[in-house]
Amino acid sequence: MHLKTVLGEISGYAIMLYAPIAGLGGHIANSYRIEVVRSLRQRPLLTALVLLLAVVLLWMIFAVWPEWLVDALGRKKTFVNTLLNGLTLAGLYFLVASGFTLVFGLMRNVNLAHGAMYLLGGYIGYEVAERTGSWILGAAVAFLALAIIGVVLQLVVFRRMQGDDLRQTLVTIGISIVAADLMLAVWSGTTYQFQPPDWLFGATELPIISAIRSSGDAVFLKYPTYRLAVLFIAIVVGVALWLFLNRTKLGMMVRAGVDDRSMLEATGVNVNLVFAMVFAIGAGLAGFAGVIGGTALSIAPGEDVRYLLASLVVVIVGGMGSVTGAAIGALLIGMAEQFGLAYFPTYGVVLTFLIMIGVLAFRPQGLMGQA
Amino acid sequence: MTTPRSYLGQIQPGWWVLAAFLLVYPWFATNFFTYQIGGYTLILGMIALSLMVLAGYGGMVSLAQITVAGVAAYTLPIFGENSVGVLGLGWPEWVLYPFAILIAAVFSTLVGLISVRTEGIYTIMITLAIAVSFFFFARQNYALFNGFQGFSGVDAPSFWGIYWRDPMPFYYLCLACAAFFFCATVYGARSTFGLTLQAIRDNPRRMGALGYNVTAHRVYAFFLAGLIAGTAGVLLVLFNGRVSPGTIGVDIAIDILVIAVVGGLRHPIGPFLGALAFVLLENFAIDLIDRERFNTVIGMAFLLVVFFSPDGLIGLWQKAAAKMRRRDNHGAKPTVKSTGEETQADLA
Amino acid sequence: MFVKPKMLATSVLALSLATTTAWAEDIKMGAIAVLEGAFAVLGEDSMRGVEMALEEFGYSAGGKSIELIKQSSDASPDSAVRGARKLVEQDGVQILVGPLSGSEGIAIKDYSKTQPDVTFVNGSSGAQDTTLREPSENFFRFNTEGAQWMAGLGEYVYNEKGYRSLAVVSEDYSFPYTQVFGFLEPFCRLGGSAPQDARFYVPIGNKDYSSVIAALPDEVDAIYVALGGADAVNFLTQYEQAGGDLPLIGGSITVDQTVLGSKGRTREFVIGTPSAGPISDTWDDPRWQAFVATYKEMFPDGFPSPSLFAHAYYINTKAALLALDEVGGDVSDGGAKMREVLAALEFETPTGMVKLDERRQAIGSIFLTEVVEGPDGNLLNKTIKVTENVNQTLGVPYEKFLEYGAVSRENPACE
Repeated sequence: MHLKTVLGEISGYAIMLYAPIAGLGGHIANSYRIEVVRSLRQRPLLTALVLLLAVVLLWMIFAVWPEWLVDALGRKKTFVNTLLNGLTLAGLYFLVASGFTLVFGLMRNVNLAHGAMYLLGGYIGYEVAERTGSWILGAAVAFLALAIIGVVLQLVVFRRMQGDDLRQTLVTIGISIVAADLMLAVWSGTTYQFQPPDWLFGATELPIISAIRSSGDAVFLKYPTYRLAVLFIAIVVGVALWLFLNRTKLGMMVRAGVDDRSMLEATGVNVNLVFAMVFAIGAGLAGFAGVIGGTALSIAPGEDVRYLLASLVVVIVGGMGSVTGAAIGALLIGMAEQFGLAYFPTYGVVLTFLIMIGVLAFRPQGLMGQA
Repeated sequence: MTTPRSYLGQIQPGWWVLAAFLLVYPWFATNFFTYQIGGYTLILGMIALSLMVLAGYGGMVSLAQITVAGVAAYTLPIFGENSVGVLGLGWPEWVLYPFAILIAAVFSTLVGLISVRTEGIYTIMITLAIAVSFFFFARQNYALFNGFQGFSGVDAPSFWGIYWRDPMPFYYLCLACAAFFFCATVYGARSTFGLTLQAIRDNPRRMGALGYNVTAHRVYAFFLAGLIAGTAGVLLVLFNGRVSPGTIGVDIAIDILVIAVVGGLRHPIGPFLGALAFVLLENFAIDLIDRERFNTVIGMAFLLVVFFSPDGLIGLWQKAAAKMRRRDNHGAKPTVKSTGEETQADLA
Repeated sequence: MFVKPKMLATSVLALSLATTTAWAEDIKMGAIAVLEGAFAVLGEDSMRGVEMALEEFGYSAGGKSIELIKQSSDASPDSAVRGARKLVEQDGVQILVGPLSGSEGIAIKDYSKTQPDVTFVNGSSGAQDTTLREPSENFFRFNTEGAQWMAGLGEYVYNEKGYRSLAVVSEDYSFPYTQVFGFLEPFCRLGGSAPQDARFYVPIGNKDYSSVIAALPDEVDAIYVALGGADAVNFLTQYEQAGGDLPLIGGSITVDQTVLGSKGRTREFVIGTPSAGPISDTWDDPRWQAFVATYKEMFPDGFPSPSLFAHAYYINTKAALLALDEVGGDVSDGGAKMREVLAALEFETPTGMVKLDERRQAIGSIFLTEVVEGPDGNLLNKTIKVTENVNQTLGVPYEKFLEYGAVSRENPACE
């Protein structure tokens, strides 16, 4: 029953992510960095190349691989699985990084406690899910709890040092050191894993043929259902964020604030309220991602630093302050990590950072960042 | 024009006392206090000093300073000698040490080139990402860095009949380097370059409009900081006799930031004060508190400093001193000013 | 002028600390373990092992009372050496117990060479090279190490389970290399194969194994998994989710209590997974049962059963105390006599007799276990077989063993 919806979601997600690059989805792209799209339209060769790549990729996913391709790249199962893993990991990274980039874009606050928020959200969600038996409730409470913590931090701490970017960042480092140690005191070094709802556990058969048996039967690809759900959730959150930013008054204020904070203040908007709201969304998303990530993978001490770094790299690559950038960055980094793991595991980690340094060298403000 | 004589004459007596104390310190301290407390404090202090130069004068907080030191530290066993049987090209020491420092400085310059092209606050994120990527690379690469295990068996040199890892010679070696860079920083901060850098920190746009090459000044600051951190890296690998990815981990990068901020970013003595506090805590905290929550203590101390005394321990000191002076000369204005420039004159 | 009071305070501190000398009659014992960060729970259990041994001797040996001084490291070799230096050079300990992890162990061994008058006994560190290559005269290890822990497993899966070809999933650092080596060496000598392109070395701390799982070959008989802690938990869950159906073989810390008892879904599919290690929770031998009972009594808030860390620290501390007893607490010669006794010491531990080889490395018992479902539905390891007198060179002469080369991703070649 999931098959069709899932397929639709994947292609939907792909379009959403690739649209700004390829210049296809004018609507979405228009709202964001129009100049990028325009520059791509002015480069028909590049656009054609991207389209060609997309076609090749689709063929590689759905066609039965001929001998020579298997010889060159290994089994199709490995390739398609890795591709899906990259997509789903990108979904998780997007959830974490979108909050980070929103907060940074508006407030110039580099929240280095974002990873700690992810981990805390995971723990809180686990406690709630364990007590109530409801995974969904756990995820909701994690979002709310971290949103409240975010608002408190913004009102009590960061508001006092508005405009002092460096001091704010230092405070977030201090908070993350203390929070990591206190979480260790409460939840110890044990690994926690969520139990997702039963209907999300196990594997789903996808309409993708991974191999043909000698008997002539097609072997269809199986993929963990929960990871497909992660992808779905990321798309929903991405779309919701887009609607929020482009279709609500608050979102317009946020966008205006990203572009020019002082002008926004001058128009008489209650900036502090906007800031608190954005901080709540950013922190809440981190907490929510903690539950999603804790179910797909696990939560344990040290994960805070991992996801902080993932967020950093994603937004450095994608461009700081841009939600579309976060999506593109997450896609690039997620893919790099998974293909690295599958095809050259020892250096997979390094690949990620090579991408980052490459982007920084040629486009210091990130792919979607403003110059 | 200031003649050397009058220049020395400007130095306040407190500094002479400090210098004298540091010189005679190993004569009454135990080997442990000379080597592990004294030597290690000076090394950490130098790494933090390189951060202070960038952050205090340039407004660029780099979390990659331990990485720069690590580059120099790794250069020694790779091009010199080690006991793990990976590489170890056996270069003579007099080539090796300057080479290691230079490599570190070049690496630091590259870090600067990548990170200062964007707005100031981006530096902290980009340098953090660079620090972590280097850590992962060193941990995964066996051909060059010998992976997780790293290198051991890095020996200190012996010449003039002295083995330089013996506590007293090592301490004096560290002290000489630290004193050199300390004085160079104090002097450099008042040089044309130092003043320009501070002006860029305060208003990059205006300095750019005035025709200064903002990026070049910042990158050059990274080069200079690289010299300091590189020298400290060489001393660090001599101190430990070994280097591994654990030496340059992200926790250490944060420690260096904590040291510099807690000590104070206003004056080059700050990082050394911070390092002393950190090293004493690291060694003796277990005798006072439950070591289990060590990180909470460090983190809280850091938060308190950021909140209440942004200038760190120096700031606290200056407040106290200002209060005392006010008491002395009834109602005279406190002399602590807010710019780094005057603060130094104040302390010196 | 202003700097003076602070410096004065420092010098007073320095002087006062410099004059704390040992009580002439007492013996100072230092213990170093990871007491901070994510591994702190393991370090605390290590310290429980030390305290159990000291308690057993009433904190005295050879007529002298013993003062225990603890120090923490953060699991990096640098901090372990700094901690050891503080204990030796500042606190003046004559015996040092520790450290916890492999690379720390090699660093402490190197440091011990510079302190010939201090006796170092290992904690729980299990790197091969600590005692195999360039051993130190005054560093003793009464616990077995990573390659020894695999003793009997390779033969077992070849002969009993009938596996012939394997894939390997392992963390990418020296401890798992040692385990892979100790496991594959006998397995491949019997004729088994584990080709290089079926070995996956994944960076430590990686949590997403799904792509590695997708890349695993189908045509092998089983997968040997050398992962620990959270990494192992993640691999097992993801392997189940991906519909994996190959049997597994576990390293010493892959299917231990920390993994089987982690919070979340119970993993029925690991039932039957064989593994080997230095302890077995469910061994019904009275010596082990008595050890567990004492542990539970002394530390009601400890683990349900002592970990291999508590066990290793316990036997190493006990060895030092036995030797002290034998020399009447006399370490006035810089501990030379005591070390002579230690080198020849042979004693009963909760896991059987232990003695040292000529490089001061333990020869002891190894347990072959298999995961079974316990009476109340939880998973635990059942003892299949105890192999006694396992030595470091896995039964071949020292010189020949060295020819196998250092442990690495590719060792043994095993095509």
